[in-house]
Amino acid sequence: MSINLSHQQRRILAYSIPVLAVFAALIFGAVMLLLLGANPIEGYSEMFVGAFGSGDALIATILKATPLLFVGTGIVIAFRANVINIGAEGQMVLGGLFATIAALYLPEMPPIIMVPLVLMAGILGGALWGWIPGALKAYYRVNEILSTIMLNIVAVQLMSYLLRGPLIDPAEIERGTRIPQTERLMESADLPIIFGDRFHIGPVLAILGAIATYYLLWRTPLGYRLRAVGLSEHAARYAGIPVRRTIALALTLSGAFAGLAGAVLVFGSESHRMVTDGSTMGFTGSAGFNGIVAALLGGLHPIWTIPASFLFGGLIVGGQALQRAVQVPSALIVALNGLVVVFVVAADRYRVKLLSVDGRDQEIADDGKTPLDDEDSALGSVYDAAPRGTDSYGQDEFNEDPR
Amino acid sequence: MAALALVGAACSSDDVGGEDFKVAIIAPSASNDLAFTQSMVDAANMLQEDGVIGEVSVTDGTFVVEDAAVAIRDYASDGFDLVIAHGSQYGGSLQEIAPDFPEVSFAWGTAADTFGLPNVFSYEAASDQGGTVMGKMAAALSQSGNVGIVGPIEVGDAKLYVDGFEAGVLSQNGNATVNINYIDSFSDVALASEAAQSLIGAGADVLSGTAQMTVGAVGVAKTEGVLWFGTQSNQTVLAPEIVVASQVYHWEHMLEDMIKKVGDGTLGGELYEITFANDGLVIEYNEDFDLPDDVKQIGDDAINTFKDEG
Amino acid sequence: MSEIFTTAVLVAVGASAIRLAVPLLLAALGETFGQRSGVLNLGVDGIMLLGAFAGYYAVLKTDNVWLGLLAGAIVGLILGLASAVIAVTLKAEQGISGIGVFLFGLGMSDLLFQKLVGTPIPIDTFPQVDIPLLSDIPYVGEIFFQHSLVIYLAFLSIPVATFVINRTTFGMKIRAVGEYPDAADTLGVSVAGVRYATEIIGGTLAGIAGAVLAITLGIFQQNLTNGAGFIAIALVYFGAWRPTGIMLGALLFGFVNALVLELKTLEIIPRDLSNLAAMAPAIITILALVFVARRFRAPSALTKPFTRGT
Repeated sequence: MSINLSHQQRRILAYSIPVLAVFAALIFGAVMLLLLGANPIEGYSEMFVGAFGSGDALIATILKATPLLFVGTGIVIAFRANVINIGAEGQMVLGGLFATIAALYLPEMPPIIMVPLVLMAGILGGALWGWIPGALKAYYRVNEILSTIMLNIVAVQLMSYLLRGPLIDPAEIERGTRIPQTERLMESADLPIIFGDRFHIGPVLAILGAIATYYLLWRTPLGYRLRAVGLSEHAARYAGIPVRRTIALALTLSGAFAGLAGAVLVFGSESHRMVTDGSTMGFTGSAGFNGIVAALLGGLHPIWTIPASFLFGGLIVGGQALQRAVQVPSALIVALNGLVVVFVVAADRYRVKLLSVDGRDQEIADDGKTPLDDEDSALGSVYDAAPRGTDSYGQDEFNEDPR
Repeated sequence: MAALALVGAACSSDDVGGEDFKVAIIAPSASNDLAFTQSMVDAANMLQEDGVIGEVSVTDGTFVVEDAAVAIRDYASDGFDLVIAHGSQYGGSLQEIAPDFPEVSFAWGTAADTFGLPNVFSYEAASDQGGTVMGKMAAALSQSGNVGIVGPIEVGDAKLYVDGFEAGVLSQNGNATVNINYIDSFSDVALASEAAQSLIGAGADVLSGTAQMTVGAVGVAKTEGVLWFGTQSNQTVLAPEIVVASQVYHWEHMLEDMIKKVGDGTLGGELYEITFANDGLVIEYNEDFDLPDDVKQIGDDAINTFKDEG
Repeated sequence: MSEIFTTAVLVAVGASAIRLAVPLLLAALGETFGQRSGVLNLGVDGIMLLGAFAGYYAVLKTDNVWLGLLAGAIVGLILGLASAVIAVTLKAEQGISGIGVFLFGLGMSDLLFQKLVGTPIPIDTFPQVDIPLLSDIPYVGEIFFQHSLVIYLAFLSIPVATFVINRTTFGMKIRAVGEYPDAADTLGVSVAGVRYATEIIGGTLAGIAGAVLAITLGIFQQNLTNGAGFIAIALVYFGAWRPTGIMLGALLFGFVNALVLELKTLEIIPRDLSNLAAMAPAIITILALVFVARRFRAPSALTKPFTRGT
């Protein structure tokens, strides 16, 4: 493209690319709706109204976006260290389980103590489930994609085992129905409501977490190390950074966020109990996968992941409203979800190209200015920052790790 | 689905429901899964055709509990008269939602708890009854004296059915061997198929199973020439050569009763159970299968025993 | 305890392991080609699902299982091409774009099934072909030589793939592009061209894997693969990007699953602990990797899009 645009114009065009991509996907969706005998205009307007059209809708969207933001933030950390974490589903489950166990076995305490306790238990559970693949990679060179996929399987079976067995609501056994759920967890562990009936502190925590991650990544030595490893393991090792441990830490932190998402899901839920249908997605709502997408939509920057999660949450909530309104199979929404992801990811390249000046900015030099100040570094080098690095050859020890 | 003469008997009063009566169903799997969800959707559609229900809105594939909660709330605020939360996992959420909508009637299943709320019905299927009936027939038909059952996860309705089937086999033939294999998934069709192989390898010549992944097991039964008893819906179509009979859930009577109660002002507080006695459970035989009369007699006797017990 | 080691049981487990391994094997093999050339495709499960539906539908309409395989291959090819466009030309983030393909495949296959087929209708499955002479060998014959043609072909593809990768020019190009794309480019190898080819191969094999699954099971259902595509991806790492290693990984995974199933049938695994046993394949796969010392490393350019001059 040899169109000459001003800096401002390029930025505006760049930010609108994801939006345009979503539109493109929605057009495909409209075709599918037509083929299913539904009215796309009616459908999409229901979708918009269902996601953003009322106070209740907005709250539903925000609540749906909360796990996406938590997971997405964790994914940002992992990606910045050049680690792909597809274990968030399992990490959310473990977070939920740890938090649930805390609520079931700790003595009754006032909410001001109880709520942080159960949430911390959730963080611990998720961190553990992130640490295991991290340590396996660091010390045994087991690839993290393999271990996270396997641990997702272990997590779902663990959840079934616990919710069918030791953690099951005693009333279920009495009644003989044996639904795999816990009893209603203690009220002092309920997430405090800040508005209306359902708006709890979860979204606030998620936003705080995203902001904290921004500071972590760009204002602390640890964050520097994470990003350095992400940009070039070779150079990072040369600089004395313990690469393997940093990668393990990235996965642990990523898991911790996912675990927190799981805990918030349990204690912010309608039912205030943990229940399973035998699958991870039944508990997580696929936030473990969708969070990855939200992170990308946010340019792999924690602050931008906030609006990205909100929009993606709206897409999901709106999709469900669409399904109810025009009575198409819910499978359409899943397919549409996937299309949006594909389009946005595919279009990402153009967004990045528009933003970066000459394509390669070394992010290590970045002094942490916000994306608006420094779009050339933060967002522009997103493309370079996450799984890239100049070094791909070389026989040093690290490169022997299966990736 | 096969025509049901039983509905004709009940579809009676003009003052039950009507064209303004709106019913919503939220269910975890697909509406045409030939299993749990389909049974309820079919029942509602049947009543709609008869004019008892004016509008049926289905939100299927909702296996995420929180999404179901949102759907339940939405339907309740949208003026639906009866909101059916067709999934055991939805109960906890329903317990919190129902009090917010005292003029809306909710139904929850399979379960046996109305939370003491005046606007919640609960319903379950006494699937163990059909399990027992068919278990007896299975024992009678089995030549090897070995029967196998494929289950998903050992919970709820699945456990009820499997326990009933096992009891039925053993009551008919105390020396029979019953092997049960819970594959620990509701969706792994390949594993269900291998489980069936494993049961057949252990000597079973009659199989049964419950939940949607058993289509895999039926396929193996067909290939190996092993007999099959199905549940939740009529599974004859899956393997007409070897399916003997299926326990089919007929929710229509129960639904109609609920609608009538709602019309009379009772929005909940009752526990329903579909059984042979109230025609909620029906054994539908495969017409093309040559079932010996004496075996059918065993089945009929067992059904009648349940009917007499009420 | 001695029950486990009866030969009959071991034979059954062995044969079952092979059946369970085949879809994993094929999909993992396809992904290997792509990864060896530097492209990570996380969408394998989605491609498998669409291939499974295509294969199922083709057999449903034509009663010809081989046409079903072809349909799966064609659908896989198209999706592989799409994946190539996304990863190679558009240089999208490979750790994420695949997730989109997965979600799309999951939803689309289910949607198409619900709209075009509806209630599950069973289809023909592959006929069993006993290999003359070899299938009569006691025990070994039953485990290895009494399967369908598809299974034999799947295992034959392993040495073929090894040959292609290690001994053909094309294979050399794949490896070069995966390790030293800059150097390969300088030498006139079209990096994009090779990657397109490997992605198409990968997609085709994934589509075939899905079709094999559906036709073997004789049915289609929502999320039929139940995560098999992801397990296949994991196996690529397990097998260190070598077809033989992948085959061993698939067989290990299948074997543990089959063994656990058998132990459940024989009730050696108590039902309370059945979920814990179901974890075994996953845990053992990780442990196997931990305890087997390895010197293989990943293709250096894996997940890195190539731009000339960078």
